[in-house]
Amino acid sequence: MSYKSIVLVKQVPDTANISGQVMKEDGTVNRALLPAIFNHEDRVALEMALQIKDNFGGEVAAVTMGPPRASDVLRECLFMGADDAYLISDRKFAGADTLATSYVLSEAIKKIGDYDFIFAGRQAIDGDTAQVGPQTAEKLGIPQVTYAQEILNINGKKAVIKKKIEGGYEILEAALPVLVTVLKDAVFPRPYKAKRVMSYKNAKTLLELEKLAEGNSLLYIDQLKHEYISKHLYINTMTMDDLKLDADRCGVAGSPTKVHKIESVVLAGNKHEHIEPTKTGIGALIDKLMEDHIFG
Amino acid sequence: MPNFFTDNSDLLFQFNRLDLKEIVQLTEEDFHQAEKFTYAPINYEDAIENYKKILEVVGDIASNFIAPRAASVDEEGASFHEGKVKYAKGTKESLDLLSKAELMGMILPREYGGLNFPTTIYMMAVELISRADASLMNIFGLQDIAKTISQFANEQLKEEFLPSFSSGKYTGAMALTEPDAGSDLQAVKLSAYQDENGKWFLRGVKRFITNGNGEVLLVLARTEAGTKDARGLSMFACYGDGTVKVRRIEHKLGIHGSPTCELQFNDTPAFLVGERRFGLLKYVIYLMNRARVGIGAQSLGISQAAYEEALNYAKAREQFGKPISQLPVVSNMLVDMRVTLEANRSLFYQTSLWLDRKEKYEELFERLKAEKKSLAEVNEKVKEAGKVTAFLTPLTKYVLSESANKIAYDALQIHGGTGYMKEFKVERLARDARITNIYEGTSQMQIVAAAGGAINDVLSEYFDVWDKKEYKGSIAQLLSHLHEIRQIYFECLKYLKDKKDKSFQEIAAKDIVEIYGYLYVGYLLLQEANSDNRKIFTARRYILDALAKSLKNQETIKSELYSDVIHADTILQ
Repeated sequence: MSYKSIVLVKQVPDTANISGQVMKEDGTVNRALLPAIFNHEDRVALEMALQIKDNFGGEVAAVTMGPPRASDVLRECLFMGADDAYLISDRKFAGADTLATSYVLSEAIKKIGDYDFIFAGRQAIDGDTAQVGPQTAEKLGIPQVTYAQEILNINGKKAVIKKKIEGGYEILEAALPVLVTVLKDAVFPRPYKAKRVMSYKNAKTLLELEKLAEGNSLLYIDQLKHEYISKHLYINTMTMDDLKLDADRCGVAGSPTKVHKIESVVLAGNKHEHIEPTKTGIGALIDKLMEDHIFG
Repeated sequence: MPNFFTDNSDLLFQFNRLDLKEIVQLTEEDFHQAEKFTYAPINYEDAIENYKKILEVVGDIASNFIAPRAASVDEEGASFHEGKVKYAKGTKESLDLLSKAELMGMILPREYGGLNFPTTIYMMAVELISRADASLMNIFGLQDIAKTISQFANEQLKEEFLPSFSSGKYTGAMALTEPDAGSDLQAVKLSAYQDENGKWFLRGVKRFITNGNGEVLLVLARTEAGTKDARGLSMFACYGDGTVKVRRIEHKLGIHGSPTCELQFNDTPAFLVGERRFGLLKYVIYLMNRARVGIGAQSLGISQAAYEEALNYAKAREQFGKPISQLPVVSNMLVDMRVTLEANRSLFYQTSLWLDRKEKYEELFERLKAEKKSLAEVNEKVKEAGKVTAFLTPLTKYVLSESANKIAYDALQIHGGTGYMKEFKVERLARDARITNIYEGTSQMQIVAAAGGAINDVLSEYFDVWDKKEYKGSIAQLLSHLHEIRQIYFECLKYLKDKKDKSFQEIAAKDIVEIYGYLYVGYLLLQEANSDNRKIFTARRYILDALAKSLKNQETIKSELYSDVIHADTILQ
């Protein structure tokens, strides 16, 4: 039996390389100065989906909601082995919190159609909320397994998944379709494949084709689109209208989360901890610092 | 995330500067493969875009996956238990990843799963891999073995071996050296014989075989019993199956990740590659030339890594109240390393380009010959490229491998006592560098190979063309220094010719080859300085230094320094 997977991916600022200039006076981040990268845990999620395809057959589609340039991560998904890619983009989506984002994603997934699995990274390194995956599952009315470490078994319409919990693991059986959010070290993401990189480097979204056709007629854009579809270089593109969404539930309007206050935190010691001068002690310290995003 | 391709401004400079039009044209012909393969380029710009994208992938893997494993690969090394060779964990992981990324058949034809890249681009990949882990290059760089099969074997053998090379399922080894046949390969004894059905078998011993545990071996063997020279040797491909016994692996100073095997062939079934008796004369020469350029790339990668280590350490280490990089003596060493590195890179990619040109024109020649078309024009190109590569290949191997040692040596020196300790990467680089001027022909053998070209002034036409160009300001001054070096070259040459002393000439060949090399690289840097202001510094230091060294070489020759060698027996008593 083969399985269809949808993978939710996100382009994020490279927070590992924040320098002095990137932080604004008010403590917010100047995103324009940060390189945009593929959220690592989403790459892991894609790998999990691709492994299911390798083992059972099927298809993998990557989906992202984001600005036009988020097409970069979709091309990278194609480089790794995704069969299809979808960009969900509209100016009206700007400023979305997790509620509005999961609304848009769930509607897009309904439109994409059939699936057995939805994979997503545990969380994105910019917001660190870990909410979009679970909220999407809720809106689709399907079960969810978060913090997945390993897919132990897939049999018919059921999957057995190992989930990390505090102090240990849980083994869960889920009926398909299921949404799974995965941990960063669940599997090691495969590299970009040279032949796919060369094949898909020119894959484009509708927004990019419109830019390419600048000044030309709509007819020409249509022509371009067909040409790109026939060469398998078209990245599916969906806007608010395409998805017939409720404007009040999108973007800032649909986002009840309001930033109350941003504080620029100056790191200063206020307590101390004793670290054993052993390999284990230092290893634990490094893990802690990485977890807190102090480095790594 | 760091990327060894995009973080290296000088490599990018060379990549952007390379004029690959001719090579891409020859490699892709009319871009007709685009109809069959979605990843084949549709035009020149598309080809360049492909190369760039793939080098970015290699640079990413090299810096983020391979480099972090290099120290543990060095510590663990390849091992040998009960007749089986085992790669270090990191070596195996890196090879698996490179295979998954479809990078193990970069220079093979697309029909056999390869990427059909020019050698020049492949060499950039080899430089990137070597910078991350020099020992991994010894396996990654063995793609030349598959390339040799692709070039000379019949269709059946190509089908048999090449797709699995491309996928990374097979790695190769070139089994040439024997206990009594190292630099002198004509002395190879391993015998090949046929049974009554005409099937070939190999019997004998090979030594110092890099990756001798590989799945496919290219073996130089004596097919003409009773012969003693190169004309009795042929080339074979065989599987590293149960009949090939790995007797031991060597414990080496450096490149620990690369297993160096002693092999015993016990009636191993083998396939003849190409024609009988051309084993050494044609196929090994082809393979060896490529391998020598490959070692150039390895040397360059090690040099780059050592320079980076030294620079970062010098910026971080404070003594006398400031970073040691600000001490004039240290900063002078760093400038020296950087200029050498850039000069070497410039030489290296020109050599790669010439090798590409030579091989592509040879292929074109064979195609035209088969189609019974006019050959005169292509024949000229083949001859010219042959003449130039015959000089540049050994020169490059010599200069870059010696430099890698010097740069790693200086990098360790800048670290002071710390650099001598295992905790720092630089001691590994110094050990890894040490093999580069030994294997694939020692530096002394490279001088012998390059001497003919240097003595016959094979590059004079190119120098003349470059002389006629316009150079601005201080660059024109540098040109006049090159003219001085050229004068020194002529005078040394005349002195040696007049002297008619063969052993003196043999020793002084090193001086002549060096001077002639300085000239070529000097002119290359002059062109670069003309188009990029920063490079004026590189050209200035290189050419002034070259002039000083040329004067020294001249003095050595004219003062008859070497004439005491005939009394060596007495001196060495």
